[in-house]
Parts: sequence; C-alpha cells; structure tokens
Amino acid sequence: MGAARVGVVTFPGTLDDQDAARAVRHAGAEAVPLWHADRDLRGVDAVFLPGGFSYGDYLRCGAISRFAPLMEELIPAAQAGLPVLGTCNGFQILCEAHLLPGALTRNEGLHYVCRDQAIRVENAKTAWTGDFAAGQRITLPVKHGEGRYVADPGTIAALEAEGRVVFRYLDGNPNGSVNDIAGIANEAGNVVGLMPHPEHAVEDLTGAPGVDGRGFFTSILKRFVNL
Amino acid sequence: MTSTIDSVTRAAATPGEPQPYAELGMKTDEYERVRAILGRRPTSSELAIYSVMWSEHCSYKSSKVHLRQFGTKAPASDALLVGMGENAGVVDIGDGWAATFKIESHNHPSFVEPRQGAATGVGGIVRDIMSMGARPVAVMDALRFGPLAAPDTRRVLPGVVEGIGFYGNCLGLPNIGGEVVFDPCYLGNPLVNALCVGLLRKDRIKLATAPGPGNKVVLFGASTGPDGIGGASVLASATFEDESHAKRPAVQVGDPFMEKLLIECCLELFEADVVVGIQDLGAAGVSCATTELAAKGTGGMRVDLGLVPLRDPSLRPEEILMSESQERMMAVVTPEDIDAFMAICARWDVPATVIGEVTDTGRLVMTWRGEVIVDIPPGTAADEGPVYERPFHEPAGQAALNADDPARLPRPSDLRATLLELLGSANLASKEWVTSQYDRYVRGNTVLAMPADAGVIRVGEVMPDAEETRRGLALATDGNGRYARLDPYAGAQLALAEAYRNVAVTGARPLAVTNCLNFGSPEDPEVMWQFAEAVRGLADACKALGVPVTGGNVSFYNQTGSTPIHPTPVVGVLGVLDDVGHRVRHGFTAPGLKIALLGTCEAEFGGSEWAHVAHGHLGGLPPEVDLAAERALAGVLVAAAASGLPAGSHDVSDGGLAIALAEACLAHGVGATVQLPGPDLFADLFGESAARALVALPPEHFTAFAELCAAHEVPCHGIGTTGGEILAVDGAFEVPVAELRAVHEAALPAAFRA
Repeated sequence: MGAARVGVVTFPGTLDDQDAARAVRHAGAEAVPLWHADRDLRGVDAVFLPGGFSYGDYLRCGAISRFAPLMEELIPAAQAGLPVLGTCNGFQILCEAHLLPGALTRNEGLHYVCRDQAIRVENAKTAWTGDFAAGQRITLPVKHGEGRYVADPGTIAALEAEGRVVFRYLDGNPNGSVNDIAGIANEAGNVVGLMPHPEHAVEDLTGAPGVDGRGFFTSILKRFVNL
Repeated sequence: MTSTIDSVTRAAATPGEPQPYAELGMKTDEYERVRAILGRRPTSSELAIYSVMWSEHCSYKSSKVHLRQFGTKAPASDALLVGMGENAGVVDIGDGWAATFKIESHNHPSFVEPRQGAATGVGGIVRDIMSMGARPVAVMDALRFGPLAAPDTRRVLPGVVEGIGFYGNCLGLPNIGGEVVFDPCYLGNPLVNALCVGLLRKDRIKLATAPGPGNKVVLFGASTGPDGIGGASVLASATFEDESHAKRPAVQVGDPFMEKLLIECCLELFEADVVVGIQDLGAAGVSCATTELAAKGTGGMRVDLGLVPLRDPSLRPEEILMSESQERMMAVVTPEDIDAFMAICARWDVPATVIGEVTDTGRLVMTWRGEVIVDIPPGTAADEGPVYERPFHEPAGQAALNADDPARLPRPSDLRATLLELLGSANLASKEWVTSQYDRYVRGNTVLAMPADAGVIRVGEVMPDAEETRRGLALATDGNGRYARLDPYAGAQLALAEAYRNVAVTGARPLAVTNCLNFGSPEDPEVMWQFAEAVRGLADACKALGVPVTGGNVSFYNQTGSTPIHPTPVVGVLGVLDDVGHRVRHGFTAPGLKIALLGTCEAEFGGSEWAHVAHGHLGGLPPEVDLAAERALAGVLVAAAASGLPAGSHDVSDGGLAIALAEACLAHGVGATVQLPGPDLFADLFGESAARALVALPPEHFTAFAELCAAHEVPCHGIGTTGGEILAVDGAFEVPVAELRAVHEAALPAAFRA
C-alpha cells in the first residue's frame, strides 16, 4: 500500500492550504491539491478543508464555498464516511454545508483574535483524534474573527450527550462559544470541525510553541493502516 | 448635459481657455512648463496626468535633491540587485533567492478614515512587492498616534488596527512586527507606515517597463470606480460644470479578497513567463502606470481609455486617469502569450482587459470615444517633473532645546516605582491588544514575530516547489521622533542603528535598508532643515554600516495647522540568516542562563522614555551615535548565533536596561537576578545609550562568548543569571514577574475597553 492520500482544498481566498499540505507531508502522507471548481475528489482517502477567507467571507463565512462544484462531490462522500477535517474557515464551510450542526458567529469581543490557545481533547475516538488521550490538554493557535460556536439548545444538548464536543477551550474562551466549544464531530465521527489550527503546530521552528497539531495527522494515517 | 470632450484638437483650437491647474495643486510656472512641453495648452486629461505625476507624492520634487545622497553615498554591496527607482529594491540573499521589501506611508487617509486608510496602505505596498515578480511573504506596520488617553486616539487607533488586520489577515500574509508609539505631536496626524517583504528567484525579477512595439497593454484586477479621486473631481466640475461629479470620496476602499486572487494570479503569470513588464496601480492610477511603463520601455504606448472596465459608467476620462481604485495591475504581454495570460486570469476569476499596445512613436496617446485626448512624451510626466531646492534653516529655538539638558531633572529615589511606571506607560506597555488582531502564523513560515526584536521568516518553503535552502529573513523597523526632534541627523542614524541591531539580535546579518521619511511641510524651511539633516544622517550611517538604501517613501505635510510632527524617519532593515535554525529566540528562554550585557551604559537621558514619562521633558541631545560600536556589536551577535552560543537575546533601547530586563523576563515568564557594575545605578538602568544588547547563554558557553566579544572589541559584562519568578536588580528593585506582567499588559486594554 502506498502513502495515504489526503486532499487539501483550495477555494478562492483559502489561505492555509500550503500549511495544511505541509502538515500532511510531515506526517508521511501525500497531500493532494483539490481545486474548488473541479467536481473531482481525485480518489483521496481523506480531505482537509483549510482556513482562510474563502470568497472574501462575503455574505457569511463559508456560505458561498458551500456551493462550490467540489462540494457537490465532497458532501455525499462525507455522508458516506470519508474522513473530513475542517479548521477555521473549513469548520465554517462544514457548518454551512450541514455536515456539522450549528454556526460560527462574530467573536464576542468583536475583534479578530490570534493567540496560542489551550484546549482539551474531549473525544479521542473520532477519525482525527485517535492519537490523543481523552482529557489531554494541547495548545494550538487560534486566529479568527468569527469563531463563536452557537446552536439551538437541543443541538447543544445532543452534542454534549453524544460526546460530539471534540474540543473545548481552556484558560479563557477566545470568542464566547457556547460551553467553550472549540470543535465538534458528526454522529459517525468521520467529520470534525474546529476553530484552532493544528497545521500551525507541527514544527519546532515555526508556528505555535510545541507540536501538538501533529496528532491530528498521525491519527488519520493510523486509521488507514488499520483499515 | 452639454459637456464636450476636451480633445487635443480642441485644446489646440482654444489656447486661451482657462484651466483649473491651481485647484489641482499646480504652480503657475509648472503649468507654463506643461504648455511649453506640448506646444499648446494641455487637454483636461493631460492636465490631470501632469498635475498628479508632478505632485509631491509622485515626483519627490522637494526631496529629490536630498535623496540623491542614498545613491552617491551608497556603500559597495554585492547584495543589491535592484536599487532605488523601481517599485521596490531587490537584494540577493543567496542560494539563488532574492528578497524585495519596501515601506510606504498611508498617513493622511488613515486620519480621515482609519480603517480603509490603513487597509489600503497594506494593499498598496503588497502590490509594489508583487510588481517585482515576488511572492509577498510578510508585512509589518510602524504606527504613531496621539496620546493613548486622547479621545481621537480612541477613534483612530482601533480603526487603523482593524484595517490592517482586516486586509492583511484576509490576504494571508503574516504580520511579523512593527511599532506602536504614542506622542502628542501625532494627535492630528497619525502615521501609518506599512512594510511588505517578498521572495523570488533572483533570475526572475520583473520590472516596470513596456518594451516591444505591438505588445499588448493589459489592465487586470478590480474595475475602476470613482474612489480616491481628489483632484480630478475639481477638474471635472470646474471644466464641465457637472455638479454630480463634484464630490467624490477621497479615500479608497479595499477588497483584500480581490488582492489575494491577484497575488495568486500574478504568481501563476510569472511562473508561466507570460509577462514582459508589470506595474501596480497605486497613487495616480492609470496615469502613473501608463506613463511610467511607457517611459521605461520603447517609449510609446497607445491606450483606448474607453476600454477600461468601470464600476461607474458615468466616469469621465479625467477621472479614469486619476482614480485610485485598489487591486489593479497593468501588464505588458506579447501577442503570442496573450491567450495564455487571459486563461490564467480567468482561472483565478480576475477580470483582465487589453486596453492598448506598445508603440515606437515616443508618444503616449490616449483616445476616448474616437477622439485623441492625450498625446504627450511620457517621460516628461514620469521622470522630468520639477525639482526644487527648497530653502532650509535650523529651527528657531533648536539651540535652546538642545541646551535644556535633562541632567537637571530630579532623579527618583524609588527605582521600583519608576520601573513599574515606565513599564505601564503607553510606549513601553505590551502591544498585544494590537498584535493579537493580526495573523502571525499564516503560510507556516513565521519563525519569530512580535514581541521579538525582529520578525524572522523561513525562506526555504515559501513556495511548494522551492529548492532547498536553509536561509531565513529578518526584518525590523524603528524610528524615534523625539531623538530626531532633538537632532535629526543623529535621530535618523539612531533609527537605522536600532533596526540594524534588532535584526542582528536574532542572529541575522543586516543587508539592506528601506525608509519612510515622515515630516511636516517642505515649504517650511525649518521642516526642510530637519528633512535635509535626517537624509544626510541616514545616508552617512548607511555608508558606515555597509547597508545600502534600496528604496522607500517620503511623506510630507504631516502637520496640524502650522505645527509639524516630530521629524520621524522610520527605518526598516532586512537581514539574512544563513541557517534559519540558528535564529536566536527573544528574551530569557530558560532558567539557569548567564546574562551578558554588551556595550556601555552612560547617563544619556535626552529624548528618553524616563524624561518623557516622569517629567514630560524633551530637551538636550539624543544618545551618542557610535556606528563602529554598532557594527562591532552586530558582528558579535551574528557570529555567536552562527556558532549556536546564545539561548536568547534582546536589544536595549527605549526605556533602557531596566525595561530590556523586564521584557526579557516577560518573554517566557523567567525571572533573573542581576548585579550591575555601577556606580550610577540609575543611569545604568534607565539611560538610553545605543549599541547595547542583552544575551542569555548556557553557562558552558559564556567563556567562548566573552572571548568572541573581546575579539570584536565589544564590552561584555556578566551581570547575572536567569531563573526564579522575580526580577531582582541588586540595590535597585525586586519585582515578581507576575507583577511586571500585570502592569505591562494593562495599559492598552484599559484604554480601548468599550
């Protein structure tokens, strides 16, 4: 079996695609560029929707990207079990695409926030968190203006009850998210979205202090070895 | 509407028609010169072009005679690939790579409309870097505001910060440093100086030139709207009495999403090698791009202004020529490559339109609805503008200012209180409230960012297919208006020295300089003296330090009424690390390190933060400039880093050694125990002598480091060790690091809390 192939999507205005591809390569997988206008997932084993300001965040973050030709392929594939990770704008797109419930709204403080953020891994059983321990504390950068997770009370209760709150902010909530939610998963656990950026925490030289982001990529690779 | 087109034919037939040149900022003799060049009166479109190209902003007519020193005194440098006069300078950084960087002001728009003014300042400098053929890789901002407590600062600063963040974050460029300084002199005139750095293969440099008759002239990016038209509306309404055009917004509005598409689109165009020449559209828009491209090419160009895509179809040709709509570029493309060029633009959803072609006539000819409205030799607008030798003299009161020696100021008895007072003051307090609104991580190559002394970017992975290189880039900007007010010659040199030192502190070898010269009105001989002295000082210091000026920007008329700002030369220095892995981290990185103080502490308080904060005093002379000492210090820092000796470092500057120690402790929450040589403990701690730095070393490296200092003749004192949770300076103060942090981080959030 060759190296696992992880697709990295570029929309107009995507910013962290190069970083995401690098993180995938560092973990030993092949990063496969996926272009928004192509109806083609190129046979990848998993997909990373990176951060940025796709379509300039016009209308609503992620609202336009969700209709991209590539998404017409990605949405049914994710529903059928393809592992998908969305960070930041990628998380927003997953919510707009209804692959994840709820929405990301303007930060409570009304400012963009870039900082190194402690979070707790609440669920280590998703496709992207298997290499962490439940309850593990990790540090990843956050950098967003619209990261306040909201959903109706019934959805929040269900997410909490089903263990689908995958990450929670520690030591101060950067955006006012309900229940300090930093990231969630779908029911099957193959689709995960979070505001923090694991791809910015994979090297000692650059990015956030530490390399806690590596676990996301090693998790997904182990899954393919085990398949 | 009965307006007629002011064609060349009509201009020739109506030589006596009055023209609004004065409203466009043109002097009578300048207008007469245009008539002499053309042999007739200019058409209204030609007048628009000359008025804007000969403006201070575009022509540097007051500063040119002084700026020449950057060339005549330039040090010999193997690194300089493209010098002044292009969109940005280009420096060879080794391994086949080049860096291009420039700093530019957007001061006045940022006062009028802080958010858009600052945002479009970022956008403009990024396009300058793109037009050299480079991928922009980082930005920085040097900002000056009125007092932190002033109501207008609470209007201007949050808007400026949001604008820089909104634009830069959305573009995907890490913001890796800069400055935020408060002083009453900037209250009605904030300074927003934006710097961008880009990387490119050194054999792929692009220039603003339009050679090859028959080549196509392509306008691509955003459509042209009525934004940023200051003078043209005067012209249009005065000439055509069309009231609907009388009021146009003078501040441009930015769309960073379009700029991001432009960046990726341009990089693909460069990669495909389908661009002969390229120019961004900044100040003076189409006027500037066409005249400059034509003047540097074969010498001629034909343009149909009617083909320019418009956001507002009612725009008149004069307005199209002067519009400063953002996110536009102009390229010269061969007929064979035009289809490939258009296909790449289409892939990125970037509109592109052929609006003309290169000719060999030596004339820039523009048509509008079938009539010729411009027919000029382009060089007369682009390069042959007026040059003024403005009179200058030392300001009245300068001698008295310099005689007001801060040595007379009463010194404090409680140094602990002084430390905390300074650490919590606006200029020395943490700027995290500002910098946390900027993305410093995007693209994944940020090695150091604020509050480090310089930002550092990894070169090797900026493009996915880049060839392996271990190199890193370091960048810092500095400028101290109070020093320059006391002595503009020395003040400019101190700005350079500090930026140079900040780059060296990371272990990088300083290579080249950019500058943004912010001054009052050049028509005030006292301001002109400040300008002349600052340029002379900077040019002399660049020569002494061996770092050439590669480009920059002059911003005049920074004044409120007749009161100018402090002369504020902001200097950016770019350096290179041969191995970015050898970068030295900021501050005290671990407990158990030996602390070395490099340089000499003198009782120098002129223009100091202590005099400013404790006494509201500005007088005397700034710290002594010793460029040989700066050069030796940088030599030690670079050599030590290459040998892997330091574990951390920090430069000593504003607020003196006391503030440097506190900041070094705060960087990683590590305390320190320090004994100073004395005998003047207060001067050691709060004096602002230049050419000093702190270096933290594993104990086993200290001897080798001290020997290195001795070999470079740099004074080196072991002053203590890192560790614990307290900053203790023997005989002066003991302060828990937590208390330092609380004071340091309180000032800005308190000021801007809703």
